Amino acid sequence: MQVLFWGTRGSLPVSLNAEQLRQRLLSVLEVAARLPAGQLDTAIGRAEFVDALPFALRGTYGGQSACVEIRGNGPEHLICDLGSGARGLGNAKLARFGPGTPQTYHIFMSHLHWDHLMGLPFFTPLYIPGNRLIIHGCHAELEAAVRLQMSEPGFPVDFSLVDRQVEFHPMEPGQTYDIAGFQVCAMRQMHGGESYGYRFAQEGKSFVYATDSEHKLDQEEQWAACVDFFREADLIAFDAMYSLAEMVSVKADWGHSSHMIGVELALAARARRLALFHHDPLNDDASLDRLLADSRRFEALSRHRRPPLEVLSAYDGLIVQL
Amino acid sequence: MELEAVVHPKANLVMVRGRIDHGSSMAFSELLHPHLENCKKGAPPLVLDFAGVDYVSSAGLRALMIATRFAKNQGGRLGIAEFQPLVREVFGISRFDLVIPCFDTLEAALGELA
Ligand SMILES: [Zn+2]
Ligand SMILES: [Zn+2]
Repeated sequence: MQVLFWGTRGSLPVSLNAEQLRQRLLSVLEVAARLPAGQLDTAIGRAEFVDALPFALRGTYGGQSACVEIRGNGPEHLICDLGSGARGLGNAKLARFGPGTPQTYHIFMSHLHWDHLMGLPFFTPLYIPGNRLIIHGCHAELEAAVRLQMSEPGFPVDFSLVDRQVEFHPMEPGQTYDIAGFQVCAMRQMHGGESYGYRFAQEGKSFVYATDSEHKLDQEEQWAACVDFFREADLIAFDAMYSLAEMVSVKADWGHSSHMIGVELALAARARRLALFHHDPLNDDASLDRLLADSRRFEALSRHRRPPLEVLSAYDGLIVQL
Repeated sequence: MELEAVVHPKANLVMVRGRIDHGSSMAFSELLHPHLENCKKGAPPLVLDFAGVDYVSSAGLRALMIATRFAKNQGGRLGIAEFQPLVREVFGISRFDLVIPCFDTLEAALGELA
């Protein structure tokens, strides 16, 4: 199983502006200026130099909102959420398979907030007759929200022009479904208007998508249910939007969690990997690098005698092989 | 996890020992409560000596934030001092050092709060 992150930002897409990019270049040149003469003379030397830079200098956590692809052993496509990252994913599928080969896309909606749905009108496979988009979700308003998004005056192409390609499949949390060769199960989460996490299993590997979810530290049942849902997962994409102090004080009840909660839950569940996800638009690349370093340190301090948990920070373009 | 009140001329000093985690944070809050009730306007500050605390989880940090808020609402002063380095690190990682007054030493806490 492979998990591909197409959009990792929370709430609203972001991008570097011209001044931020200029500052980035200046910082890189400052490091380069301290190199021994000749190191940047060859292409290999230059690539080595770039690859050795901190991620916040050589890369970016990117700016598309939530969209994650899961690849398994079957021909059908699985996608979690249709944030703005779905545009790049749709184009990649079209480039790979062309318009003449109909494809089936299974889409699992955590919830119906804008940042998780805004990519649908720009997901090009939607417009190609013969393709099937099966939208799975636990919200009663699933179909109505999708139809509303593609209607005047919000968007010029009405949903009725594409609805032959789209089917809706309501799911119940707690039940296991066989979908496209995966066992899929949903869990209700605490978020404004409710959200659902999904667990995908195939050939002994499992991935949990658990975004837009607040965890109340005094609610033991919720905590235990979450540990159960995460149990021995190979990868968990986790809502790590806030610092713990923010989550329990000024941003309490805003519906999001913290990197530290992710580490504690994943350790308790004996999961293998945790990917920090749904990055706060307030955090720039340097802050997200620090957050990752802090999370790894907290994992080491909290692990005790449990097996180590690998902590990653998801960025647009990250591929994790389970 | 245990708490022990120590007589001190300038503060209500409470020595805390053990781990404050998901299993013990409720008990910690209950044991702390009588000391918190005395932490009000005009009273000496409540200083928690953390030299004996080995570990604090998110639940423990939350309990400390609620205690800080309680003290503040009564016009009292509360601080934590004498951290083990790893516990002090957790306060930094969680950004709780921005919410709860944290001091390296007891003298520093008394200098600021008393
Ligand atoms: Zn969101
Ligand atoms: Zn949301």
